[in-house]
Formats: sequence, C-alpha cells, structure tokens
Amino acid sequence: MIGNLDHSVLQQLWWLIASVVGSLFLFLTFVQGGQTLIFTTASSEEEKSLIINAMGRKWELTFTTLVLFGGALFAAFPLFYATSFGGAYWVWMLILFTFIIQAVSYEYRKKPDNVLGARTYEIFMCINGSVGILLIGAAVGTFFTGSRFSLNLYNSVTWATPYHGLEAALNPFNLAFGLFLVFLARILGAMYIVNHVEHENLVKRARKASWINLLWALPFLLFILISLVTMEGFAVDPATGLVFMEKGKYLNNLLGMPVVLVLLLGGLGSVIYGVAATGFLGKNSGIWFGGIGTVLVGLAIFSLAGYHNTAFYPSLTDLQSSLTIYNASSSKYTLTVMSYVALAVPVVLAYIAYVWKLMDAKKLTVAEITGEDVKEMY
Amino acid sequence: MGDPILTTVDWARAQFALTAMYHWIFVPLTLGLSFLIAFFESIYVKTGNEEWKKLTKFWTTLFGINFAIGVATGIILEFQFGTNWSNYSWMVGDIFGAPLAIEGIFAFFLEATFFAVMFFGWHRVSKGFHLFSTWMVAIGSNLSAVWILVANGWMQFPTGMAFNPDKARFEMQNFWDVALSPVAVHKFTHTTSSAFLLASLFVVGISALFLLQERHQKMAKRSMVVAAVFGFIASVFVGFTGDEAAFNVAQRQPMKLAAMEGLYVGQEKAPIVAMGIINSKKKPGDDLPAFYQEVKIPGLLSLLANRDPNSFVPGINDLVFGNPERNVVGAEQRMVTGKIALAELARYKYAKDKGDAEEAAAALALFDQHKGDLGYGYLNNPIEAAPPVATTFYSFHIMVVLGTLFPVIFLAVLYFAFKGTLEYQRWLNLLCFFSIFLGYVAQQAGWIVAEVGRQPWAIYGLLPVGVASTNIAASNVQITFFMFLTLFTALLLAEIRIMMKQIKIGPEA
Repeated sequence: MIGNLDHSVLQQLWWLIASVVGSLFLFLTFVQGGQTLIFTTASSEEEKSLIINAMGRKWELTFTTLVLFGGALFAAFPLFYATSFGGAYWVWMLILFTFIIQAVSYEYRKKPDNVLGARTYEIFMCINGSVGILLIGAAVGTFFTGSRFSLNLYNSVTWATPYHGLEAALNPFNLAFGLFLVFLARILGAMYIVNHVEHENLVKRARKASWINLLWALPFLLFILISLVTMEGFAVDPATGLVFMEKGKYLNNLLGMPVVLVLLLGGLGSVIYGVAATGFLGKNSGIWFGGIGTVLVGLAIFSLAGYHNTAFYPSLTDLQSSLTIYNASSSKYTLTVMSYVALAVPVVLAYIAYVWKLMDAKKLTVAEITGEDVKEMY
Repeated sequence: MGDPILTTVDWARAQFALTAMYHWIFVPLTLGLSFLIAFFESIYVKTGNEEWKKLTKFWTTLFGINFAIGVATGIILEFQFGTNWSNYSWMVGDIFGAPLAIEGIFAFFLEATFFAVMFFGWHRVSKGFHLFSTWMVAIGSNLSAVWILVANGWMQFPTGMAFNPDKARFEMQNFWDVALSPVAVHKFTHTTSSAFLLASLFVVGISALFLLQERHQKMAKRSMVVAAVFGFIASVFVGFTGDEAAFNVAQRQPMKLAAMEGLYVGQEKAPIVAMGIINSKKKPGDDLPAFYQEVKIPGLLSLLANRDPNSFVPGINDLVFGNPERNVVGAEQRMVTGKIALAELARYKYAKDKGDAEEAAAALALFDQHKGDLGYGYLNNPIEAAPPVATTFYSFHIMVVLGTLFPVIFLAVLYFAFKGTLEYQRWLNLLCFFSIFLGYVAQQAGWIVAEVGRQPWAIYGLLPVGVASTNIAASNVQITFFMFLTLFTALLLAEIRIMMKQIKIGPEA
C-alpha cells in the first residue's frame, strides 16, 4: 500500500507526478502558440477565426493544467511554492496577468459591445502566447541557473534583488529557454491547426509555419543543450544534505540516469519527426509526435533538475537555502493522502481523451463557425 | 512587527480581498446557472421542444460570458497564496495545498473538458451526450466549490493537524478531519445554496425584464417558473444552513459571533440586534455604548449560539480581556502563553542549529506546554484579537435581511405564474429585476462577514495575517493592487456591456 512507502520514495513519486503535469502543460501550450499564429499565419479574418475557434476548444484544458501544476506543487512541495511565488513575485504576477487577459479574450472577442474591440483581445492572446510562455520558460530556466534568495530558520524567504525574479529573464540560459518554449508552442500550434482545421490555404501555411518555427527554435535549443552539458550544477550530498557546486552536474545526471537521456533524445527526435511529417510529408498526425515528444522532453528536463541528488530550486545567495525535493516537500502523511487522490488521474485522462476524440472527429470548417451556432463561436 | 511590514500586509489584504470579491461576482452565477441550464436542457431533451433548446442556448451564452472571467480571477486567487502569503503557504501548505490540488484533479478538469462540448458540441455529439456534458459542467463547478470551501473552512476552524517545530510548520494528521469538518460542511452547503439563489434571482430578474419590455414572454415565463422553484428551495436551504453555520461560528469562532452582533459584554439570555446603528467610537474595554440606536429581540442570540435561550454568550470584552467567572480565557492571557511558546520555539531552533541537544529538549518541552496559544504570541495588543465590528455587524445584517426577502419574491413569482398573470405584475417584475443587484449585495456581504470577521487571523487562532504575508516591499504589492483593480474593473465593465447586449438581442437572434 502507498502508506508503506518510504517518505523519500513518495517525494520522488510526487516530483514525477508534478513533472508529468508540467510536461503535459508544455504540450498544451499549442493553444498559446496558436494564439501567436493569428498574426503571422492567418491571412484573413476567416482564417483568424478558424485558428481562434480551433484553439478555443482547448484553451480551458491548458489553463486547468497550469492550475493543477500550481496546485500539485503547493500540495507536494509547499516550500517551493512559498519561496518561488513569494520571492520571484514579479515574474509570477506578469505570467498571471497574461493568463487573465487570455481567459476573457476567447469569450469576448467576437461579442458585440465588447468595449475594447476585437483587435485588443487578439493582442491579449498574442501577449499570453509570447510574453506569458517566455516568462514561464525563464522561470523553469532558474531550476538550472538559480535564483537570488535566502531562507531563515523558519523558512521565510528573502529575495536579494528588488526586481523579484525579473532578473531571471536577463540570464542568457533562461532567456534561451523561454524563447525555445515560445517557438515550440508555435510549432505545436501550427501542427494542431493542420490536424484540426479544414481549410486548404490555412493548412498549407500552417505546415510551412511548423518547420520555419523549428528553424527559429533550433539555435536556442542548441544553446540550451550545450549549456546544460557544460555548466556547473547544484549538487546535494545525500549523507549530509549539504548543497555544493559540481562541474558538469547535468551531464553527470544525464549519464547517471540513462533513461533521462533516452527521454530527452527520443522526445526531441519525436518533435522533429512531427514537424517533418507535417511540413514535408503532408501528414496531419504530426501534432501527436510533437505532443508526445514535448512531454518526453519536459520529463527529461524536470528529472535533470530534481533527481540524482540535485537541488531543483538553487539559491545563488545562500547555497544551503537551495531547495531539493526532500527539504521542500510535504509530510509523509500528506504525500500519502495525495498519492491516493492521484489514483484518479488515469480516469481523468481517459475521459479527456474520449471527449477530445469525440469533439475532434470532424474537422473545423468555415461553415461551422459561420453557421447556425455562430453566436457560440469565438 | 514594524510599520513597513504592516503596510505590506495591508496591501496584500486589500489585493486578496479585491480579487476574492471580484471572483465572487462571477462564481455564484456559474454555480447556480450551470444547474439551471442543465434543468432547461433536460426539459428540452425530454420534450423535444425546440423552444426549450433556444432557451437553453440563450442562458448558456450568458453563462459563457460570465464563466471566463470567473476562471481568470480564480487562478489569481490560487497563486496569490504563494505570491502574497508565502509564509502562510509554507506554514500551512502541508494541509492547505491538498484541497486545492484535489480541486484541480476532480473538479477543474470535469468543468474544462465538458465545457467545450456544452458550447461547441451541439452538432458534434449526440443529444444525450450533450446533456450529460452540461450536467458534468454543473457538477464540476460545484465540486470545485466543495474543495475550495474545505480549504476556507479549515482556515476558519483549523483541525486535523499538529505543529512540527523542526519544520516550523503545521502538518496534516487526519485528512478526514479536514475534509469533513463541520465548518467546512456548513460552509459548502450555505455558500452553494446561496449561489443557487443568486443564479435564480438572475434568471428571474432578466426574464422579468423581458416581461416588462413585452419581449420573449413565453420563454421568460418558462425560465421564471423553473428558476423560482429552484430559487425558493435554495432560499429555504440557505436559511437552514445559515442557522447551522451561525451555530458553528458561535461554538468555534465566538469573537466573530460577538462582532456580528456588536456584543461587547457577554450575557445570559443574550439578545439579537434586529436593527442597530453601531457606535463608531466604541473600543473593547471602554464604557461607551455599543450602539447609538438598536432594536433587540431578547434571548434569541443565546438560542442561536447555544440552542438554549438562557445560556451565556461571551462578548468582545470577555474574549479580549478574559472572564474568569465564566471560564473565558481572554486574548490578553493567551498572549502571555503564546509569547512563551514563541520564545521557546526560537530557543529550540537556535539550540538545534548549534547542536545543543539538551538545551533543545528543554526548550521543546516548554514549547509543547504553551503551543496551544502560539498564534496569540504574535499579537502586540489584546485588542488586535477583535475584528472590525461595524463592517462585520452591518454585512451580517444586510445579508440576513436580504436573505429573508428573496424567498418571498420567489413565492410571489410562482403565485402569479400559476394564476397566469405574471406579465401584468409590473411592480413584481421591477422588484425581480432590481433583486439581481440585491442578490449580489447579499453575496458580497456574506463573504465580508466570513473573512473580515476572521481577522486578525489568516488561520483562526493560529496565524495572524501579519505573520502570514510575504517579506516584500509594500510598493510591489501596491502596484499590483492597482494593476488588478484596473484590469478587473475594465473586464467587469466589458462583461456587463456584453451581457446587456446579449440580453437585448435575446434568445431568438
């Protein structure tokens, strides 16, 4: 039974669960990517509406996954929740703002008397898809580059800069990570359009957008990979719990956890195949290769940060304030309760998959968004 | 605590209150309207009458406009626990985080997944599956309320946990004590039934407007009858659960009850103040009268608080300064114990850090003796233990008065509907329309009672708001407060304009 598991096993399990949710969120950012494509890939109002309505059927799922990611971290790693959100205040606030303006934009954009005008809501969507994702990427980047905070004896956080997390976006690694995620989201968005929309011209342009955005993403990806395997990392001595700097830490993690290496390479390969299938082979199923690949890459990234005696939220100000999955987690009792709750996740995934299949069985057409149900359309 | 921290706390409280109040404009309508739409669609599926489908789709459009902004403000609340209340997040995250995660797994995905079917599935899924999806959205929305109210109930009545001095945090000991605490159960039943009431007022009010304008009369009357039945049942339930909730407050948060009634000096056969004007100069412990004017009903507060009209109900003075004759331990005395607990905790942490096991053990033993009043150790003055009385008192009384009016309105609607003269009752239709606004006032007042009445505590009796907040310069929170104020107000105005336009267009466009 779950209750008999060791606390450290539960902590590792919950890092895995949080990683799965976080990785699924990365896949679902195809919605955000699609939102930015309305300015670069759509050539008419009709095409714009097709993209927005295609994404509009899934935006809530992405939003909910982000909320669950936050909730899972709060429940399983409350010290991370308190330290990161309370310390890197401005990064999280700006991310939240971009998600507020996204949530209303779908519903309000086409409604008459919407005060701000359709164009404003489209810009809101674009801000969410670009700035929002960039900042999320920068925040994840700090798992490897560290943040300027310290914790006192009561684990109360003090941030060492007045910018409260915004300084993270100026770090080249974090910035590259953020930009990579922006282009990855656009690749996924383009592949989802190809899979979900029936419109010859738009689909043609979306196919092109998928590989062009891959080209844009590649330099950032290479920079991230080279940095990862060469940078110093934040290691933890398992016997004492002391954090120290280790040369080639993340390369050591990759070599020490071959499964993670396989996940990373397999994931990247899958994304690249998805783009090739969409852009050059005329297939519509690229989103699934891209999606699965993204999830695998996400799992690899989170595993590199959290497992193999690594501090996943390192402090540059006071090394010993760094957070590990062991010192930041909830009690054994809470993790056990939450593990029983998590048994429901496969059921949730099953009904999401069923409804997804049902709703996407027919492609979205111009006739549908201008037809009888036009009032409900975005 | 220095002034800068107080300022940060003030802004953090203002920001959270702002977000919560905006959130609670949209959410109660979502909770109730989702069920009303499910009723309407069920009638459509049962009868096959296309007019019911048209009616369903009209209310669904209004639901969708409201839903999006409810979701947007909700995500902010969850993350504000981390951004603005980081010490709180750490100190109680072991307990508080679980309901939020469960809410995500069980409720949000149900809502999010079937919401797309509800809106875009009319021609993509079968009639039966569409109806099923509509019901799932209603159930998902209300399941979400279960878990967030479990979390809120725990803040009002912390249970099922213990303090871990090594981690300096509270940890969960019994999940079922947290999930099924009587405060949580009554919070859920009272809050959701009041949400059903508000949504019924909304549907009745908008339909009444159609009758006043002599438009869509058939659809309006149908909507009004279904909503009035739902609203009346909800109203009765609100009254019943309100009484239970107040009983729980009396037993577990006596200071809040005393503030709700402006009761400074505890007494037997305590009266309820039916109406009153609070003396704004009154402070705990002084000799000024509590009210400029008041109308009392003798013994009713004792009956409500203890189910005994002759029983003793403690007042604010008793709870602040103590009343040994009645065995009431006041905040003044608890502060002394609490400060010992805090000092011993600090000594324990320091000794442990230095590796002095003997000193640590001695400090821990003393801490254990005094830890029950740990939270009071953070207070500087016992008067801080009392919440703002006037705000709590007026909000409670506004809520109760309006809560008494609403079932009468629903009954009147049903009476004239069955007489077949509803469209001719101009006064009633005007009252129904105006009652939408009154419903929102009652909702907001209810939350003010619950949250302002809980002050100064983030976790009742354990953690004052001043200790719970993030260590951050006040200017940061001040800026984000105004950013939220501007954004939420702009979006609210946009929502109202869009709603008004959709109502003007009506169901037949």
